[in-house]
Amino acid sequence: MGQALDVHRLHFAFTITFHYIFPQLTMGLALLLVYLKTKALRTGDEHYNRAARFWARIFGINFALGVVTGIPMEFQFGTNWAAFSRAAGGVIGQTLAMEGVFSFFLESSFLGLFLFGEKKLGRMGHWVAAFLVFLGSWLSGYLIVATDAWMQHPTGYRIGANGTILLSNFWAVLLNKWALWQYAHNMLGAVQTGCFVMAAVGAFYLLTKRDEKYGRTFVKAGVLVGTVAAILQLFPTGDMQGKLVAYNQQPTLAAMEGLFESQAGAPLVILGQPDVEKRKLDNPLEVPNMLSFLTYRQWRANVKGLAELPEDQWPDQIPLLYYSYHVMVGLGTIFIAVMVLAALLYWRGKLYESRWMLWTLMLCVPLPYIANTAGWMTAELGRQPWLIYGLMRTAHGISPRVAAGNAWFTLIGFMGMYAVLAMLWLFLIYREIELGPEPGQHPLAEDAAVLAD
Amino acid sequence: METVWFCLVGIMIAIYVLLDGFDLGAGAIHLWVAETDEERRQVLASIGPVWDGNEVWLVAAGGTLYFAFPALYASGFSGFYLPLMIVLWLLILRGASVEFRNHIKSAVWDPLWDFLFCASSLLLAVFFGAALGNVVRGVPLDASGYFFEPLWTDFRLGEETGVLDWYTILVGVLALLALVMHGGLWVQMKTSGAVSARAGKLAGRIWWSVAALTAVVTAMTFTVQPQVKENFTTWRWGFIFPLLAVAGMAGVIFELRKNDERKAFLASCAYLTGMMTSVVFGVYPMVLPARNPVYSLTVTTAKAGEYGLKVGLVWWVVGMILAAGYFTLVYRSFAGKVAVDKDSHGYGD
Repeated sequence: MGQALDVHRLHFAFTITFHYIFPQLTMGLALLLVYLKTKALRTGDEHYNRAARFWARIFGINFALGVVTGIPMEFQFGTNWAAFSRAAGGVIGQTLAMEGVFSFFLESSFLGLFLFGEKKLGRMGHWVAAFLVFLGSWLSGYLIVATDAWMQHPTGYRIGANGTILLSNFWAVLLNKWALWQYAHNMLGAVQTGCFVMAAVGAFYLLTKRDEKYGRTFVKAGVLVGTVAAILQLFPTGDMQGKLVAYNQQPTLAAMEGLFESQAGAPLVILGQPDVEKRKLDNPLEVPNMLSFLTYRQWRANVKGLAELPEDQWPDQIPLLYYSYHVMVGLGTIFIAVMVLAALLYWRGKLYESRWMLWTLMLCVPLPYIANTAGWMTAELGRQPWLIYGLMRTAHGISPRVAAGNAWFTLIGFMGMYAVLAMLWLFLIYREIELGPEPGQHPLAEDAAVLAD
Repeated sequence: METVWFCLVGIMIAIYVLLDGFDLGAGAIHLWVAETDEERRQVLASIGPVWDGNEVWLVAAGGTLYFAFPALYASGFSGFYLPLMIVLWLLILRGASVEFRNHIKSAVWDPLWDFLFCASSLLLAVFFGAALGNVVRGVPLDASGYFFEPLWTDFRLGEETGVLDWYTILVGVLALLALVMHGGLWVQMKTSGAVSARAGKLAGRIWWSVAALTAVVTAMTFTVQPQVKENFTTWRWGFIFPLLAVAGMAGVIFELRKNDERKAFLASCAYLTGMMTSVVFGVYPMVLPARNPVYSLTVTTAKAGEYGLKVGLVWWVVGMILAAGYFTLVYRSFAGKVAVDKDSHGYGD
């Protein structure tokens, strides 16, 4: 059983990690597209419409990959996690079904209109289409986060006769306070991906001295929106998320922080390598008392270490969890520094000429992806050993009849297929950037015309 | 309440078959009805703005099935593990082909995606048909409430069935032929010139084999799944569903002869609706029949809690009204035949 469990976990982890590369950009760009379309509407400047069309093409490629890699996620609840679905499907099925019914229909319908129907819809109509695509994608994000939040912090349920978990309060599930904070934190992460990608493309144009007017628009939009998002990411959303973990998932907090012994005035670890066997942190670089302060707002508050908590409640991948968390927080801090500096340069009117800052923005582009992935790894590894925190252990959730061999077969299949998709994605996105935002360059232009009238 | 949800999920699946059916069908005939690059772009343009919306019905129906009948979702999806994963891979390939083909014009790029688009559409139609065949025939569920089916065993209808046996393969072939007809009629309606003419001709030719195979599969179904006969004898009004299918088939050939492209397509919709509703009606109250009837999952054994089903009904109705609104808007916006002009982007410049 142990072996099958590991493969099923790896299967989900791999497919969800790959999948989330796409929605984070889609959700971030959706907001920025609304920004560009609003600019176009208010200034009447065709430049912003062209900019929006350029990003809509990138959005389209990204969205398509998000859709095709997203369907396997829904299926896997049944295929690989049948025991979990049988027990909890009556609750989490609600939010998952609502995602299909409320957001996917909205998103896919209006994306079709947004991409193919600009002429037909008119200026205002096209803005509305952009807004509804944004609304659909953000609603979808909420319903997924609400599903995960229920697994992190189950609410609004009761246990039925045969051990199944039944829904008892719809609103308690939908408005779970864990979901609200996790959503805010997650969406800011997506916005940062969108902002860094947009700013990076703008920086690339400015550094290579082509399409410079667009370059300035992109850098400005990315930096201004990105600065706000980067700060809100840390406070209040990151802070609140941390508190929720501290109060509800004590072993998780201790593992994330690499805190083995309980301590009054616990330090915040900046660097160091956890040694789970010896139960200590090697080479620690710490800020004294900081963890106590951040968690309880008291410098000398006692924070529980792993040693004081029952070992069968410990997350099972402590080092990985510890590093995920530290990578996320470390990158988040770097983002604030980069974005605030860039915003200051913009304010002083020097951003577009500051080559070192443009280089920095361009090279930062993979980092938000890593930070978002690390953030989700922190959440999901931190939830272990529970599948539904306090209710169902991960080991009890897998499909009893799907053997490790079958799960390996499909995992390897997905790996091969996703490797090809990843190459295609990079190739096509690079090509869009290379073709640039000026009209008349693009082979799709001719094609979409088929639908013009 | 569970019967209401049984019907609602049935309706969602039927809508999925009607909508994604025509774009799967269009894909399956893509290589044959369209030869030049321009013709192929016409076929793709006829489904371009709508195919992913159509596919959302699969996701939405899946989600609805999940929360209304969690035990069915768990047993069915884990039992059909391998074919479902293959379906997922085909859906990925197909989505990629539709979206990526037109990004580059090249003698090696387009034909590759055209081929993958056609092959994946074709295989998906067969697999969906075979899946339906499995649900009608029954699966080797046991007391644990789980099963695992290999892709095939000895192709016979014994106790140890595989996903593919002669019955489910026949249903798969029927599904392919029916969707080829359906897709052909769609392409005929949405395109013009040589493509439209070829698609109409193909649909007319395939009609005969769809009709013949429908008769064969129907006759076999009555022996394969005894519940079907029982339901049709208990509730005689149920014959309305197969009658709808027959009327649809008659309508297709009648309207094709009259050259009414729109009505021919609608008749094909009626045929598919009739077929799907007949199946749903035939297996009720089972949602997943077992080879040993004792272990069959029924609407009562598979349903979620009463409260959840009631709450679900409220948001489901609201969501569906909204969805119907979007779909009307989208299909209206792209009504009529796809143009072949090379004007501009649908954009302003």
